[in-house]
Amino acid sequence: MDTLLLLLPQVLFDGLLLGFVYAMIALGYTMVYGVLELINFAHSEIFMIGSVVGIEVFRSLTGYVPNPYILLVVAVILGGLISGLTAVGVERLAYRPLRKRGTKNRLVPLITAFGVSFVLQDLVKLLEGLWHNEFFLSMKNVGELEQSVTLFGIFIQYKSFILIGVSLVMLGALTWLVGRTRLGLAIRSVAQDPSTAGLMGIDPEKIISRTFLIGGALGGVAGVLFALQYTTVSPYVGFLPGIKAFTAAVLGGIGNIPGAVVGGLVLGEIETLAGTFLPVLTGGAFGTEYKDVLAFLILILLLLFRPQGLLGQIVKEKV
Amino acid sequence: MLELNNLNAGYGPIQAVAGLSLKVAQGEIVTLLGSNGAGKSTTLRSISGLLKQKTGSIVFEGKELLKLPPEKIISRGISQVPEGRRIFGRLTVEENLDVGAYLVRDKAVIRERKEKAFELFPRLAERRRQKGGTLSGGEQQMLAIARALMQAPRLLLLDEPSMGLAPLLVEAIFDIIRQLNSGGTTILLVEQNARMALKVAHRGYVLANGRLTMEGPAAELARNPEVQKAYLGG
Repeated sequence: MDTLLLLLPQVLFDGLLLGFVYAMIALGYTMVYGVLELINFAHSEIFMIGSVVGIEVFRSLTGYVPNPYILLVVAVILGGLISGLTAVGVERLAYRPLRKRGTKNRLVPLITAFGVSFVLQDLVKLLEGLWHNEFFLSMKNVGELEQSVTLFGIFIQYKSFILIGVSLVMLGALTWLVGRTRLGLAIRSVAQDPSTAGLMGIDPEKIISRTFLIGGALGGVAGVLFALQYTTVSPYVGFLPGIKAFTAAVLGGIGNIPGAVVGGLVLGEIETLAGTFLPVLTGGAFGTEYKDVLAFLILILLLLFRPQGLLGQIVKEKV
Repeated sequence: MLELNNLNAGYGPIQAVAGLSLKVAQGEIVTLLGSNGAGKSTTLRSISGLLKQKTGSIVFEGKELLKLPPEKIISRGISQVPEGRRIFGRLTVEENLDVGAYLVRDKAVIRERKEKAFELFPRLAERRRQKGGTLSGGEQQMLAIARALMQAPRLLLLDEPSMGLAPLLVEAIFDIIRQLNSGGTTILLVEQNARMALKVAHRGYVLANGRLTMEGPAAELARNPEVQKAYLGG
């Protein structure tokens, strides 16, 4: 038991890392849900594309630019940009035509999202196959970023500081954008009532597109940081983190931005704690792999007992 | 200023407005009367662009609006206070006004108009940091009007502004309408409360089943026995 307690700070820290990744992905789910009431399951693949871009930047540019910090900046910008633009493209090609037809059935866009997911996975698989003939992509040695320090008994790599730092900056920027800018106000009003937002001079289609761009960019940056931290990705790497982040978004209250962050962090911690302690506490009856089961068990319990999520509230609106 | 010619509008197979022609001149208050389902709101929604299924022509200050989306129509100088107020319940009062001023780029102008709105509706000033959803029905109506004014429209479309309000508040809302009109805003008013509407309006149109049945100066309509019987309770 004493060893378990000694492990605790490290486990909590690792949970935090995973939590930030989930939080950044969850924001994409929650923002798109906010404006369209659509669970954009293709968002997993937007994240995956970011992770692949991250790895490709390091592996193709390391020879020319030896400084890993510059590479990191390039990877974050490119990953965010390419993922964001892909999300915009997906919205344009797959979801907008459905809205234009006035499809009322909510299942149609949902199933479309799954279709888009497959298309993106296979597209990346094809491109990577043609380029490197590889399925699993590994991060090149990132030099200085691999170095570590030990603080309060926690082993921390430089790249983990970067993960947390970049996440915090992105979350801060998003909070400012949504809460304080004209675009943020437009996003919030379209989320509540798109046709009345139109009466105010806001073009809801444009705002929806911007929302996909922002959510996609956050997912892409999360992908880059994920690749840096966990080093191996593949065209199918998006599925599990994606669906966990979706769980996190529901956990925090889907459509609720602070909720997505809280949900991500909580889920990251629960999962990491469970992965470490379940096998020990159950005498090996439940192995580490049950951490995933636990994450989805939470989703099911939540949907049963608190469907509005931790921070979500059932909105009363007077008519 | 505004001219509708042979407007047909509807929802799917339902034609809600048929062959409607009407005019609103600069500086007027014009009211559209009619029972439920007569096509009054449909007419307003057609003008503001919320309703897309329509033919005919809608000309405002010499320019055709028929094919424009709502966000373009408001930029031409027409604001609508929609039926049921439709304020943004999760935004604060002040944010609601900011959304109303979405197309205004000059911060100083926005601030000035907000001050004017708070002067017009002191209740809103007291509640500026409160969420719109927590306001009473009357306050929400004030907010909906104030929000529509943020873009300083030349033509204001009001859809049932007195709906669900206590008599005292109805009076207050109609006072505001008069005040806005004397300040130079042209107003097209849809109302169930025909008595109040005819008191404040210069002219009126009466719709039934999507068609125009009567038109004339408000005072004349108020004296008309048919109007009295159908809309003024005898």
